[in-house]
Amino acid sequence: MVMEKLMEDLKTQIVEQLNLQDVKPGDIGNDDPLFNEGLGLDSIDALELIVLLQQHYNIKLLNAEEGPKVFYSVRSMAEYITTHQKANP
Amino acid sequence: MYICGTGIISPQPSFGHGPFLEEMAEHRGEEMRCIEPEYKDLLDPKLIRRMSRIIRFGTAAAMDCLKEAGWNSTDAIITGTAYGCLEDTGVFLSRLVEFKEQMLTPTAFIQSTHNTIGAQIGLSLKCHSYNNTFVHRAFSFEHALLDAWMLFKEGQADNALVGAADEITGYSQAIIRRFGIYRKCESNFTLFEKGQKGTMAGEGASFFALQKQAGGKEYAKIDAIKTLLLENPAAGTMETEIQLFLSAHSVSITDLDLVLLGYNGDFSHDAALHHLASGMFEDSITSGFKQYCGEYPTSSAFALWMAANICKNNSLPSSMGGIGLEGFVRVLIYNVDLLGHHSLILVSSC
Amino acid sequence: MPVFVAGLGAISGIGNNVAECLHSLQESRHGIAPMVYLQSEHRNRLPVAEVKLSNSELAQLTGLPVHISRTALLSLVAAKEAFLDAGLPSGFPCRKAFVSANSVGGMDKTENFFPAFAANHEAGHLREVIHHECGAISEIVAKELGVTDFVSTISTACSSSANAIFYGARLIKNDLADVVIAGGCDSLTKFTLNGFNTLMILDENPCQPFDENRRGLNLGEGAGYIVLVSEKIAGMLHRMPKAVLSGYANANDAYHQTASSPDGTGSFLAMTGALKMAGLHPEEIDYINLHGTGTQNNDIAEGTAIQRIFSNPYPLMSSTKSFTGHTLGACGGLEAVFSVLSLQHGIVFPNLRLETPMKELPFTPVTRFKSGISLQHVMSNSFGFGGNCSSLIFSKS
Repeated sequence: MVMEKLMEDLKTQIVEQLNLQDVKPGDIGNDDPLFNEGLGLDSIDALELIVLLQQHYNIKLLNAEEGPKVFYSVRSMAEYITTHQKANP
Repeated sequence: MYICGTGIISPQPSFGHGPFLEEMAEHRGEEMRCIEPEYKDLLDPKLIRRMSRIIRFGTAAAMDCLKEAGWNSTDAIITGTAYGCLEDTGVFLSRLVEFKEQMLTPTAFIQSTHNTIGAQIGLSLKCHSYNNTFVHRAFSFEHALLDAWMLFKEGQADNALVGAADEITGYSQAIIRRFGIYRKCESNFTLFEKGQKGTMAGEGASFFALQKQAGGKEYAKIDAIKTLLLENPAAGTMETEIQLFLSAHSVSITDLDLVLLGYNGDFSHDAALHHLASGMFEDSITSGFKQYCGEYPTSSAFALWMAANICKNNSLPSSMGGIGLEGFVRVLIYNVDLLGHHSLILVSSC
Repeated sequence: MPVFVAGLGAISGIGNNVAECLHSLQESRHGIAPMVYLQSEHRNRLPVAEVKLSNSELAQLTGLPVHISRTALLSLVAAKEAFLDAGLPSGFPCRKAFVSANSVGGMDKTENFFPAFAANHEAGHLREVIHHECGAISEIVAKELGVTDFVSTISTACSSSANAIFYGARLIKNDLADVVIAGGCDSLTKFTLNGFNTLMILDENPCQPFDENRRGLNLGEGAGYIVLVSEKIAGMLHRMPKAVLSGYANANDAYHQTASSPDGTGSFLAMTGALKMAGLHPEEIDYINLHGTGTQNNDIAEGTAIQRIFSNPYPLMSSTKSFTGHTLGACGGLEAVFSVLSLQHGIVFPNLRLETPMKELPFTPVTRFKSGISLQHVMSNSFGFGGNCSSLIFSKS
């Protein structure tokens, strides 16, 4: 349940932060790829998402190379947040 | 060089090549903002989401211009902007201050650079050609035109997309207002009422498809461009400069059918222009153009669009009285701002 | 019609004039250090290459008021040096032009103004925003130089001043000017520092361009100008011209707003375009002053484009941004000055801190200062955001 809620929140935050046109949070599947063939996000969006994690979840992604793995889908982002919030209460 | 396409987003219903300034759109207060089209069908939605207003109306005007010219690429993309992308600059600055240089996001910064519009046009067209951006105040557009003229002369290009864009933002208005430049106008219809102090701010994007050679369906021909940086020129100086400019291109004052002058409604700014209108230009029709587009550094690009249409139609638009002009039409645009940027553009029918 | 280089002027993190910059380049002494003048929250983390003079020292040096934008102060120092270096007799009748470049105009002052203004729109000193526009900076300098015939400003991000230089050359070729002072300037600002920081491409240590383990760039500040003259004017000067601007080209990568394409299309087109104009074969280029910012993306794109054009034996190459940092609107001007110095003195500057060559590339930039070499043609690359790529070629006159 907590995971579901987190994923819903993330979708809203992604749509808002990236100013996605014609995309509603509900349109994004939990496992849909966010980049390339999926939502079509690019390297600038990855940087926006890094700040999103910082602002909303107080998580700092130090290594930009982790980006593609963490931001693969809404689920992978949620999993990353859950793991790292546990690690740094 | 020949104008074979235009794309204009301005405080007038100028977008999409409808009737040319049949009626003048009314604006009240101290600013005239653009009447903007629906961008969804004009711009790539993937790019649009990051675009501020100036980038949207700049890129859309450029795309509309290319469409009219029937081009899907060009040998050169040359843009002029005095202020650049002010909205994004303001967004990034205010976040920088508010969040004390922490947790900033890149988009506004990236989009704030002065070459963003030129770059977005290049990107949309996948066009690898020459791409340049001029940012010299009220010469930005003229120097972009001059660049195209040189490229043609050098044989480096046969055609070029040349345009200008500047935008009004909340911050820019709040700052410029404090210099006492604006007045709250009842309407732009009365911008030139005698004895008033202050002008109305304007904005817009005007793009032109320029060709080295005539192709048969041109609006008009640009014969010459000149810029002069002269603060408070002595009496008679501008008369001499204009005479020199015209005679260098074998044109005499009496050849001019229309002179578009950069009146902005402020009596002290306009005095010298009134003097020219009743003096050296007494035999030509003279008119302002900022009653349509407002005062901004690249407004001469809007004036060029007016001149091009007047040459093509052989008549003034009905909002200017609809007077017909016989045969070959010559128009001179003389713009000047408060800082001493004088520019001359000579346009004629093909 | 050839266009000659008759004067040089520079100020950067490694020196306040051309001689000082040259000395630092010869001694392999870089200018990247903790911030002294820029007041940023990141001062303890991000090193920069500042000009080692305060605004009041710069004001004293130039005679301009101290409240003027640092960008204008830097610009005037270098533009004046270049103009004097050209040795134009005073009162010499000719059409003079000033074509400058910068990326953020008087932003250093605007960002001072902004906190008070953001809180209350009636607050903040207006004199801090009167030079916000890029063109305003150029006009302050043009006025001091006494140039009124033609003044213009170009802004195409990091390729700005390379474009200013060749627009200047074209004014001469098209008989619109006889003498052109062309180049660019930028001072460090919180705006650009934070902008590049959001892109996560700033190195927290001195940068390592073209190194396998490069981590990003360091920002720098400065100004660099060259004086271009027509053949007729060159013949009237007492000194021999320093070089000929033999080739130039501008192309667009049209790939992404900030990132370079993997095969370096824009850089490839800029370099090949400049070669074509100069009428040179790739093997005739003796030295390339690289754009070489030190970011992952730039260096591989630029390196790949070079690999596509040149072949073994490759020209000598180095990125002098390892000395000066990335000076944005100034880098094309500064590096044009360095390229002409290289040609004049037969020297090549090292690419500092290069430890592990990039494994994708079959060549390695020069790591030690080289002198006594014969150079005929030097290429200078400047590539920027928005895909704007420009290359210049200077040749022995």
